[in-house]
Amino acid sequence: MDWSLIFENTLKGFIGINAVYFAIAALGLNVQFGYTGLLNFGQAGFMACGAYGLGMTAQYFEISMWWGIPLGILFSVGLGLLMGVPTLRLRADYLAIVTIAAAEIIRLVVRSVRFKHYFGGSDGINNFSQTFRDLGNKVGIDEATRYGFTPFRFTGRELWTLIVGWVLVALLGFFVYKLMKSPWGRVLKAIREDEDAVRSLGKNVYSYKMQSLILGGILGTISGMIFAIDRAAVQPDNYSRDVTFYILTALVLGGVARVSGSIVGPMIFWGIFTFLDNFMRQVADEPIRIGNFQVMDSTDVGPLNFILIGLTLILLMVFRPQGVFGDRKEMAFDGR
Amino acid sequence: MAAERSYSPLAQAARSALAGCEKVPGSRKPDPVLVADGVRREFGGIVAVDVDHIEVQRGSITALIGPNGAGKTTLFNLLSGFDTPSTGTWSFDGRDMAKVAPHKTAALGMVRTFQLTKSLTKLSVIENMRLGATGQRGEKWWNGLFASTWKKQEDEITARAEGLLDRFKLSHMRDEFAGALSGGQRKLLEMARALMTNPNLVMLDEPMAGVNPALKQSLNDHIRGLRDEGMTVLFVEHDMDMVHDVSDWVIVMAEGRVIAEGTPDDISKNPAVIDAYLGAHQGRSLLEEGA
Repeated sequence: MDWSLIFENTLKGFIGINAVYFAIAALGLNVQFGYTGLLNFGQAGFMACGAYGLGMTAQYFEISMWWGIPLGILFSVGLGLLMGVPTLRLRADYLAIVTIAAAEIIRLVVRSVRFKHYFGGSDGINNFSQTFRDLGNKVGIDEATRYGFTPFRFTGRELWTLIVGWVLVALLGFFVYKLMKSPWGRVLKAIREDEDAVRSLGKNVYSYKMQSLILGGILGTISGMIFAIDRAAVQPDNYSRDVTFYILTALVLGGVARVSGSIVGPMIFWGIFTFLDNFMRQVADEPIRIGNFQVMDSTDVGPLNFILIGLTLILLMVFRPQGVFGDRKEMAFDGR
Repeated sequence: MAAERSYSPLAQAARSALAGCEKVPGSRKPDPVLVADGVRREFGGIVAVDVDHIEVQRGSITALIGPNGAGKTTLFNLLSGFDTPSTGTWSFDGRDMAKVAPHKTAALGMVRTFQLTKSLTKLSVIENMRLGATGQRGEKWWNGLFASTWKKQEDEITARAEGLLDRFKLSHMRDEFAGALSGGQRKLLEMARALMTNPNLVMLDEPMAGVNPALKQSLNDHIRGLRDEGMTVLFVEHDMDMVHDVSDWVIVMAEGRVIAEGTPDDISKNPAVIDAYLGAHQGRSLLEEGA
């Protein structure tokens, strides 16, 4: 067993691009769910807005990739309004139903043959990200060179995306932190606790919920952009339901209603995920047998990994429901 | 039963104005702050509230009483904009409230509390208080990012909040989560938080529910304190001792209608009220019934 390889990959998992795009999406979910109490189960839909905003610049509009940023944000504001207008006056569960359905509708529309001209169908779009890499080359991080030291060795292309990604995480984390410390954030937290009380004190609850939904959605959009740029491709099936729930898992792991939780949660999530994956792949290199019965081989590693992640979450809920950064005292006031 | 009390000039004026009012349902007041006309609310086939006319005298403490299911809380919700009547008009300070969005009533000076207290449990007591202030610049998200735009206002709000916490004897809980307060303290916090909006009319929905007798006395004093500062208080209550002790005027509801109005002393002698609370045939033998 090659422990140094497992160790190296695990460390890379901690700070890798997966953790970056999860962290930004989790920040968005945190604004909606952690601070305002809005159950958005369609974060993947907002991420698709960002990815397709970028992708469509090459596929359909044939303009510079940079236009994809405002375009993606425009899409997500539109999506937020579309979902929020009918549901934010209703109870929280209705928003959950609508968002999960809307995210699926988006995925099915962008992968459909009918709209292949705009969205590239199930093949997706993959000729837009060179603009981003060119900028990396220009600032002196050559995409073909290898940088760093063991265990942190990256190609220039990975490194450039990582740097931009972590700078964005830091900026957006600071942005959310500042907002939540302000009276604006106080109103959101109060809405999470009791809307009617907030309404009786003269705040327009509906408007605040809409602002929260859209802000969280825009963060999801930015996350989708990072993901698309890293993969150099936009694939409709990367924005399915399970993405939303993994992000939610990572968020709960870190601790809701904490900025640090939504950044460290995804890091831990991908750290554990990469470790288990690498570890089990090495264990199951030779099929494991008991007598004639084959217990597992390398093809079983993927599903087993997700089972273990699920188990981790269950154990977390039982023994540390507040997450890594939560406050147990705060949790104690639930349901009163 | 009530001890000799001193009343502020404002309170005295309100009390003497009420003394001259006709003691019938829908009686006209010299200076009403809240007026409702033909307010009717139906839930399916059930008429929960059907009030022809009520007025609430400015600067007074008015109690709204009645047996369970009389429609008091429904009327309360209608008057405070939390529910919309099927028909009818109501106005506050001369302004037609049918055209005002519910979240704007607080800015106009009308604030309410709830029967089941709504403390925001995961916010600290002082944050609960700060939330009450209206017209905060920092509640716009684009200002929220720049502390310089709201810091000064926040300090003023905090100072005012601390003053009120002091008055309601909650200062020692300032930085605790509101969820850590006792039931009675939550009632106090909710009242104090409502005062942060600088209201003219305070509407309290069962302020005494679930409060121990010692705290009831101090709540009574707080309510009288509001009136003495010139606020109008309208409250729903079951506790007849408290109503008698604190109110200047009483409106009695039964089955969605106003059945009596008057000073507390008049109301406790009113046969219609006794009927509503205890049944029309009390004191008579049941044997007389069937005949």
